[in-house]
Amino acid sequence: MSLRVTAPLLQADRVSRTYGGGLLGVHTLALDEFSLSIGTGTPSVTAVVGESGSGKTTLARVLLGLTTPTSGAVRYRGEDINRLSREARRDYRTDIQAIFQDPYGVFNPFYRVDHVLTTPVRKFRLASSRAEGRELIEQALRTVGLRPEEILGRYPHQLSGGQRQRTMVARALLLKPKIIIADEPVSMVDASLRATILGSLRRLTDEFGISILYITHDLATAWQVSDNIIVMYRATAVEAGRAETVVKSPAHPYTRLLVGSIPRVSLNRDWLSTEPDAHRPDDRNAACRFADRCTSAMPECRIERPQLSRIGPQHAAACHLHREHAQLAAEDLNDVLA
Amino acid sequence: MTALTVRGLRVSFDHPLGLVRAVDDVSFELPPNERFGLVGESGSGKSTMALAIMRMIRPPGHIDGGDILLGEKNLSILSAEEVRRTRLAGIAMVPQGSMNALNPVMRVGDQVADAMRDHGKRPDAIDDLMARVGLPAGTAEKYPHELSGGMKQRVCIAIAICLRPTVIIADEPTSALDVVVQRQVMRTLADVQKDLNAAILLIGHDMGLMAQFVDRLGVMYAGRLVEIAPIAEVVRRPRHPYTEMLIASLPSMDHKDALHGIPGLAPLLRDLPSGCAFHPRCPKAQDRCVSERPEAREVEGGVMVRCHFA
Repeated sequence: MSLRVTAPLLQADRVSRTYGGGLLGVHTLALDEFSLSIGTGTPSVTAVVGESGSGKTTLARVLLGLTTPTSGAVRYRGEDINRLSREARRDYRTDIQAIFQDPYGVFNPFYRVDHVLTTPVRKFRLASSRAEGRELIEQALRTVGLRPEEILGRYPHQLSGGQRQRTMVARALLLKPKIIIADEPVSMVDASLRATILGSLRRLTDEFGISILYITHDLATAWQVSDNIIVMYRATAVEAGRAETVVKSPAHPYTRLLVGSIPRVSLNRDWLSTEPDAHRPDDRNAACRFADRCTSAMPECRIERPQLSRIGPQHAAACHLHREHAQLAAEDLNDVLA
Repeated sequence: MTALTVRGLRVSFDHPLGLVRAVDDVSFELPPNERFGLVGESGSGKSTMALAIMRMIRPPGHIDGGDILLGEKNLSILSAEEVRRTRLAGIAMVPQGSMNALNPVMRVGDQVADAMRDHGKRPDAIDDLMARVGLPAGTAEKYPHELSGGMKQRVCIAIAICLRPTVIIADEPTSALDVVVQRQVMRTLADVQKDLNAAILLIGHDMGLMAQFVDRLGVMYAGRLVEIAPIAEVVRRPRHPYTEMLIASLPSMDHKDALHGIPGLAPLLRDLPSGCAFHPRCPKAQDRCVSERPEAREVEGGVMVRCHFA
């Protein structure tokens, strides 16, 4: 009898992706040998935090099969997603759902809102009758805190940004997915609505056991909703671990910069006056990709690229400041995640 | 003398179901050098007000009451040509989406020069202007697609200050940028403002940014200003329940707890609730709030508030 190890539901296995080429032949590395498993163990919310160009959206697109990796593979239940059988592909398309940034762009303005909800019901044969489908849709809308009578039968422009984005959460929920990949789901809605939308996402994990990959540039909301945080900088993970640890005791200078850059509601007005960011354009091509902006840069940062080291049971950072700790292979990133 | 005075401003839109009042009886003053913030949800009328101050409301919208004084010049009675000459020279706007505000097929330096030439000024010292907003030498020769989001927003700031206006309106200038770049851009904005002695009207919905940047804050709800207060007062003791909830809805970095969104939806402007427009969402609402619209009151600490119970 052979020992069977269950493969993770969704796995990025040393995925790299470069963009460009073209006339000038300039390549941009968007994702560099990135490994991550989702949907293993207890359902959780993992936030991927980074600035524009950090590779976080590329990671989402690669996992969703919307972008082909330049090297490495994305596997669904152990199978490369490009080699899935018809049935497995259908399961993949059901189990993994996406929520995108723009709650305006995903709706066709000529169709009623119902269209984005009835289409998956029809295509995936979720209901055996029209009434049953309607019931399913109403249930999904109520789960995300919407009143079906205020949503169904309306056109997209008649809904607020928050209602539209929660409708997309309801759509994802219809398919009873195991994983939701949410790429900046609240960056285009009001601060006061963000809390409501993220609250409904969090409930999907707690009540329906759906694991969520929350991709964002906003460390504050990442901390509020996530169990784990992965901080990305120029195509690699520079810090990862429990959300609490990463935010309260950031180990990588970039994470420290991020935490310190959040404007807070406080009588202490030091936000504008502090200068936490170094600027050394000469170090742009240093081995450590953050060296040109790092206030703690050392000579070795120019020569040797720092690898992830495990600085706590659920905390890892890729920085020479922590080189005394044991190394953590990039493909073992999950070891420090809850 | 104040840099900008807005008095009893009303802006309405014609709608098949009747007149929709997007800005209703708004009054405030900006002294030179002051940074004044304006917060509110989408649809509260804050961007409409910014457009009205710039006299940029297009039909079916129209200003139907009130005065806008830039120094002593009454913008509300100027001809279209006079307004055009005042824009940029007296009052300038840093737009929300810098990526869409610039011409993609024109070098950014030429776009700044264009703005100056249009106002009859010789476009010299462009490189100096670029340096003042923190852009590296040679940026003027670049096209927008060669610049990052933060750099494009700096180009927009350069255009806004090229004729040394006395009032700068910034409509969510950093909403598309990440926190690190946001801070750099806001610092540049603060620097050029000090340099020009200009007043800034910062429009947005991030209470953290407001708390760190502005001197005074106005809170808009359903087209009306419901609170105006020095920023320290807002942080220490928000008087209007809506202001309090706006602050509570911001994810805190100090303690992790359930996220508090503001329950309910912003009201439809063409169908406002009776009495205080906020009463259906207000945890402190009483019978009086349903029947009687609260008038603006001065309370201690230099605070103006429209609430029966503040």
